[in-house]
Amino acid sequence: MSPEATGIAPEEAPSQTTPAQPTHPGGSREMTYLEAISDALREEMRRDEAVFCIGEDIGAFGGAFKVTDGFAEEFGAARVLDAPLAENAIIGAAVGAAVEGMRPVCEMQFSDFIACGFDQLVNVAAKLHYRQGLAAPMVVRLPSGGGFSGGPFHSQNPEAWLLQAPGLKVVAPGSPADAKGLLTAAIRDANPVCFLEHKGLYRYLREPVPEGEYVVELGKAQMIREGDELTVIAYGSAVGLATQAVDELEADATVLDLRSLAPLDTEAVLEAARRTGKVLVAHEATRTCGVGAEIAAIVSELAFEHLDAPVRRLTAPNLPIPFSPPLEQAVLPQLADMKEACRELLDY
Amino acid sequence: MSDGDARAIATDRAGGASEPVLTREDRASLLRFMLLMRAAEERGLRLYKQGKVPGSFYDGRGQEAISVGSSFALAPEDRMCILHRDLGAHFVRGVSPERYLANYMGRSGGVTGGKDGNLHFGDPELGCVGMVSMLPDMAPVATGMALAMKMRGERRVAMTYFGEGSTANGQWHEAMNMAGIHRLPVVFVLENNGYAYSTPNELEFAADPVERAESYGFHGVKVDGNDVEAVFEASVEASERARGGGGPTLIGCRTMRMHGHGAHDDMSYVPDGVLESWERRDPIDRYRRHLADHHGFSEQELDEVATAVTEQVAEDARRALDSPMPEPSLASEGLYAEAFRPLGDGVAPWSRWAERKPLRPVNGNGRSPSSEASVSRSAA
Ligand SMILES: Cc1ncc(C[n+]2csc(CCOP(=O)(O)OP(=O)(O)O)c2C)c(N)n1
Ligand SMILES: [Mg+2]
Repeated sequence: MSPEATGIAPEEAPSQTTPAQPTHPGGSREMTYLEAISDALREEMRRDEAVFCIGEDIGAFGGAFKVTDGFAEEFGAARVLDAPLAENAIIGAAVGAAVEGMRPVCEMQFSDFIACGFDQLVNVAAKLHYRQGLAAPMVVRLPSGGGFSGGPFHSQNPEAWLLQAPGLKVVAPGSPADAKGLLTAAIRDANPVCFLEHKGLYRYLREPVPEGEYVVELGKAQMIREGDELTVIAYGSAVGLATQAVDELEADATVLDLRSLAPLDTEAVLEAARRTGKVLVAHEATRTCGVGAEIAAIVSELAFEHLDAPVRRLTAPNLPIPFSPPLEQAVLPQLADMKEACRELLDY
Repeated sequence: MSDGDARAIATDRAGGASEPVLTREDRASLLRFMLLMRAAEERGLRLYKQGKVPGSFYDGRGQEAISVGSSFALAPEDRMCILHRDLGAHFVRGVSPERYLANYMGRSGGVTGGKDGNLHFGDPELGCVGMVSMLPDMAPVATGMALAMKMRGERRVAMTYFGEGSTANGQWHEAMNMAGIHRLPVVFVLENNGYAYSTPNELEFAADPVERAESYGFHGVKVDGNDVEAVFEASVEASERARGGGGPTLIGCRTMRMHGHGAHDDMSYVPDGVLESWERRDPIDRYRRHLADHHGFSEQELDEVATAVTEQVAEDARRALDSPMPEPSLASEGLYAEAFRPLGDGVAPWSRWAERKPLRPVNGNGRSPSSEASVSRSAA
């Protein structure tokens, strides 16, 4: 499915800006979330000959979402390797290439297809260093998320599956600058890193992104808004939604963007929970055993005395993502839901 | 393949060296490694029966010629993913019986230090990526190692194994197909030992997996898996083809699993007489006779090889038993890697590799990332 076919994030979609990132000596340039991902990949491929991309239709076609558009021309087909439709072979071959000193970046055409490469990811890649002391530096890019009638097989958010596989790192940027900085860090990391890039943000978010080398350390959350009455903990597409909600409510709220789900910045979570006493965890992924459940457990175990209200979750319910727009909207958390969840907690 | 063909290939690729493919010492080594595998596994089985092995026990009895003959063809810079019937390959590449036995017993001196058991290990320092239980998951991984070698223009080879039962799994197809598309320098060694656990060939496939090689666009050859030199020659031919850009080879070795799937398995499903008839084709007995009849080895010489192996395994077993259990704190260590460390090279006992040019550039030639660069990349 091409972006055109899915109608994802048309070019003319309104752009939304997150607060300024730390200034960067190399200057910055307006980029969409998608351009920022391409930029990180391109920079790393220029810097290090060992970095290569492997995935379906990423070469001459430039990828289903055009993340690697123009890469085959610049780097040659061998470094932007079109793979057959075989996710376990893509990830397994990446493990083999990684232990041999390459830095593979795999693209799943849609994150949903990680289910087809799951065995290599969780049984081979994730456990390799623990079992054998052998590092597998590789990235698996996962275009994820819904909101565009992708239906049950092109809209999923698979992070909870991944978080149950110790040994994987899992990151989920919520802004263009983070998308670039986290992808750069992921490529340089010595471990298998799952990079969740939300399709709905690809062309929807645009902001100044540092040019040249830009690294955002894995495992560090970022405060997007600082306030004392409530903390909304979010990542990926929920970050923008949370920020917009607290701004429109003019709430005295903290918005914490987790950025990395594994390792998790537990310190930042606890600091915000203790300071504000009220916590809402928001994500687009389904509810049961999700990131929200994990954060709620951490906060209740370690910050219970500081809480003024039960930890609340705003998530998709435990359902597949349906196709038809009214059904999909009924399942995915919307801005109104976010505002209501914030209001309820503020009034508690 | 005849002896002559193998010699011609090896002579050509070794840059004009004119020694025979296998020296007398090489042949003694082949016998020694097969004996070592058998003796170490017999010792492991005894330790299991004595209750010193937690979990279960698996061996490759009757299949020694396959892992020994194939791995003997490889150069130090070549890479392996070694499977559960292939202990001989670990020994050829430099793992000691002590570390194997300690691994089975969950001791700190085992290859994984207690993190993983039985044959689920590979020594990264010896160029091996340890297998996982899921079969044949190492086929895509070996394919990926070969992909890296090809991308960097190196004359190196990746080799891996799988049982015939594993060829039914979709990942087998994924690996064969990818290896075929890019003509990768990978050698797939298929061990048809008659069964996948209790399931016989008739219920595993309708078409012999070796014959599928052609449909993936590469060579498939069938060899007698109980003839160590036949396996060796096929492996030399396959790896030389791979080094020369000729792509993958699937070597189908016919053999028989002479023990149960694991020590718990009484093999009641194997028809009467089958094991007895295979016993007469035992790869070790056969090779001993071959060395005596065709290569002038005296009974005394052959006995000396066997005695040395027995002594070595006894000594290694003692040391493995002395190896302490790991500290419980180890359980929470090593989840993530701090930095990338490249695989080391394996031992390559075949005399051909004693004097030769390395198969990859020493300082990297553009595409070959040096290990220092890799480490500093990770540290950045
Ligand atoms: C994907 C998968 N399913 C099931 C198993 C359990 N299992 C372990 S070994 C085995 C039989 C393997 O047969 P084969 O590939 O012929 O290898 P052999 O043990 O005969 O050498 C099975 C079913 C497994 N390891 N992997
Ligand atoms: Mg079998």
